[in-house]
Amino acid sequence: MYAYDEFDERFVRERVAQFRDQVARRLSGSLTEDEFRPLRLQNGLYLQLHAYMLRIAIPYGVLSSRQLRQLALIADRFDKGYGHFTTRQNLQFNWPKLSDAPDILDLLADVGMHAIQTSGNCIRNVTADHFAGVARDEIEDPRPVAELLRQWSSLHPEFSFLPRKFKVAVTGATEDRAVLKAHDVGVRILRHPESGEIGYQILAGGGLGRTPMIGKVVRDFLPKGQLLAYLDAIMRVYNSEGRRDNKYKARIKILVHELGLDAFRNAVESEFAVGPNWSAEETAELARIAPSFSKIAYDDLPAVSRIFEAAKLANPTFAEWVENALFPHRVAGYAAVTISLKPVGGVPGDMTSDQMRAFADLAERYSSGELRVTHAQNLVLPHVKLDDLFDLWRTLGALGLATANVGLVTDIIACPGLDYCALATARSIPIAQAISRRFGDSARQREIGPLQIKISGCINACGHHHVGHIGILGLEKRGQESYQVTLGGEASDNLAIGELLGPGLSADEVADAIERIVAGYLAKRRPGETFIEAVRRLGVNAFKSAFLRGAQDAAA
Amino acid sequence: MPLLDRMGWRTDDFSRDDVDGGIIVPLAALRSTLDARRAGVIGVEISNDVAVDRLAPYFAQLALIAIAFPAFGDGRGFSLARRLRQAGFAGRLRAVGPLIPDQGPYAFACGFDEIELPEASLARQSEAQWAAALGAISHAYQPGYARQTSIFERRRAARAHKQESRSHA
Ligand code: SF4
Repeated sequence: MYAYDEFDERFVRERVAQFRDQVARRLSGSLTEDEFRPLRLQNGLYLQLHAYMLRIAIPYGVLSSRQLRQLALIADRFDKGYGHFTTRQNLQFNWPKLSDAPDILDLLADVGMHAIQTSGNCIRNVTADHFAGVARDEIEDPRPVAELLRQWSSLHPEFSFLPRKFKVAVTGATEDRAVLKAHDVGVRILRHPESGEIGYQILAGGGLGRTPMIGKVVRDFLPKGQLLAYLDAIMRVYNSEGRRDNKYKARIKILVHELGLDAFRNAVESEFAVGPNWSAEETAELARIAPSFSKIAYDDLPAVSRIFEAAKLANPTFAEWVENALFPHRVAGYAAVTISLKPVGGVPGDMTSDQMRAFADLAERYSSGELRVTHAQNLVLPHVKLDDLFDLWRTLGALGLATANVGLVTDIIACPGLDYCALATARSIPIAQAISRRFGDSARQREIGPLQIKISGCINACGHHHVGHIGILGLEKRGQESYQVTLGGEASDNLAIGELLGPGLSADEVADAIERIVAGYLAKRRPGETFIEAVRRLGVNAFKSAFLRGAQDAAA
Repeated sequence: MPLLDRMGWRTDDFSRDDVDGGIIVPLAALRSTLDARRAGVIGVEISNDVAVDRLAPYFAQLALIAIAFPAFGDGRGFSLARRLRQAGFAGRLRAVGPLIPDQGPYAFACGFDEIELPEASLARQSEAQWAAALGAISHAYQPGYARQTSIFERRRAARAHKQESRSHA
C-alpha cells in the first residue's frame, strides 16, 4: 500500500489546521455561511437532515487494518458506533458535530487518511477497480495512477471551483469493474493494439444523476507520461466552458453532449497542444509510487488446495458462500474474497465499530493487513490463501459477516435516502430491507442467480439505479413516496441505462413488483441464462405485463 | 476599492476614471483608448469568458488585465489567467471580485498578481487572514503553478540529490 512521505504528511496536517481555522472564522462571522459552505464541503462535511455528515476518502477503495481500526475509534468516539460505506468507495459518518470535525480529521491524518474533496464542486476522490493488483485480466495495476491523480487533484489551484463535481475512475484490466463509462472522466490502462506499448485510453462525459449519459472515448491512446497534461486540458476546457447557469446542466456530460464529441475533443486536443508537459515529473512520481503496491510476499502454493476442497465437500453452507464470494487471484493458491455488507434485512453498507475492529484483525491474519471497499458497498479481502478460506468463513460467521449473497438479488445497493439525506424525496433503506427479507431464503436466491438491484432516494442517483438490472428510484408525488422501477440497466463494459416499466408504486408495493418480475424471468429463462441475459433476449416489454398486472390488482 | 497582493494591501495605481496615470477600461473601449492614448498606462477589464485570441494582439500594449469574478464560486477566472499566462501575457493580472482569503493562494498560483475586493469583504476579512491563508499549505502537488516548486518537483530534486551524494561517496 502507498505510505505517506514527509510531503503528504505535512500536507494533510496543514490541511487539518487550515480547516480548524476556517471553522473558527465561520464561528466569528468572518466567513459567511455561503463562503464557508464550499470550504466545509471540500473537507467532506455535509449538512444532512438531522446532523452533519462527514464523508471520508478511501482513495481507490484501499484500506489497511490500522486505518480501519482508526475508523472504528472515530465511530465510537464521535458517532453512534457505526459507519456507512458508500457507492463511491468512501465511508460516511452520519452523526458528528461540526466542532468535532477538525479533531476527527486529525485522527485520520494519524493513519494517512483525510476527507479532502469527498464533496463540493471539485475533483472528487478517485475510484478504481476493487480487484486492482489481483485480477488476472490486468494489464497494469491502476493504483499507482490513481494515487498520482489523488495527489494531482488535491487542492488544485485551478480546478477547485468547477461548475459541478467531477468524478474520475481508473482501471488497468480488460473487464471494466470500475464502471468508467459512468464517470466524468475514465482512465483505462491498455496496450496499444499495434505497438504493444502500454498507455491510456481516456473517456469523458459519463454520469448518472438526472440525465444519465454514457461516457465516450476522447482519446484512443495516450502515451505514458502525458496523463497529467491531458487531464489538465480536459479540466481547463470544462472549467471554462461548462455551464454555470443551471446546476442540473453543469456536469461535463452536458458539455460533451451539447458541443458534440468531436468539438469537445478538438477543444481538448488544442488545449493539450499548447499546455506544458509534465512528463518527467509524472514518470518519476509513478516510478516512486508503484513499488509500494507490490510489496506483498506470496507463498509458493499449489493451484488447488486440498484443505479447501475437502471443506467444501464436508460443509455445504460453506460451499454456498464460496460460490459467489471468491474472485480468482493472479497468484496460484490465493483468492480475493468479497464480504457482503448486506445481511438479510440489514442496512446496505453499514458496519459497526466492533465489526470493523474484528475485520481489521481478520485482514491482518488472512490478507496481509489489507482490505478493499467496493462500489457495491461490500468489502474485499484481496489476498487470502485457499487453505485459509474455511477458517476465515467460520470467523466471519461469528461476526455476522458471512452472508452468502454476493452478486445475488439481496446484494442490494442503496443510497441513504430520506433516513439521512437532505436531498432525498423518498426512503431507500427500508425498501432495500423489505426486498432483502422477501428474497432472504438462501436456496431461492441461488436459484434466481446473479441480479443487481440498485435503489436511489432521489433523482441524484447516488444508488446508481439507472444501471441496476432492476433500478428503483424513490420520488415524491402529492406528499406520498412513489417508486419508479426500471429494468435492463447494466454497470459493466456494456453500460446500459434501464427502461421504465410503468407507473410509480407505493413503498409497500415494491417488493411484490420485484417478485413478479423475477417470477417472469424464472418462467421464461433458458437453461443457464442469467436475469440480465434474459432481459436482453426478451426485451423490457416482455416484463411489462407482469409488472403492470400487479399494479392494476393493487388499484382495483 | 481595496487591492492586495502577496505582501498585503497596496495602493491602487490604476483607476477606472479618465485621469492621468493608469486607467482600466472595459474591453469594448480598448481599441479607442489605445488609439487615443498611445503613451498611456492602459489596462483592460474583461469578463471571465473572453477568448484569449481577442486580447493576444494587444498584449504588448497592455500593462494590466483585470478578470472579473462575478462570484467567488465561479472558477473560470482561474483558467483564464492560466491561459493568458500560457499565451505569453507578462503584464499584471488582477482578479476583481468577492474572492475569499482561502482562494488567495489559488489565484496567485494561477498567475494573478493582485486581487481587488469589494469593500464589504474588507470589513469581514482582515489582511492578517489573507496572509495566514497564503501560508496555510506550504507546498502544493501540482507542477507548473506560479512561483513555487511543487511537491512532485521537490521529490525529484531530493532523489537526484541523494543519487549524487551516493555517487560521491
Ligand atoms: S440519491 Fe438522493 S437521496 Fe440518495 S443519497 Fe443521493 S442525494 Fe441523497
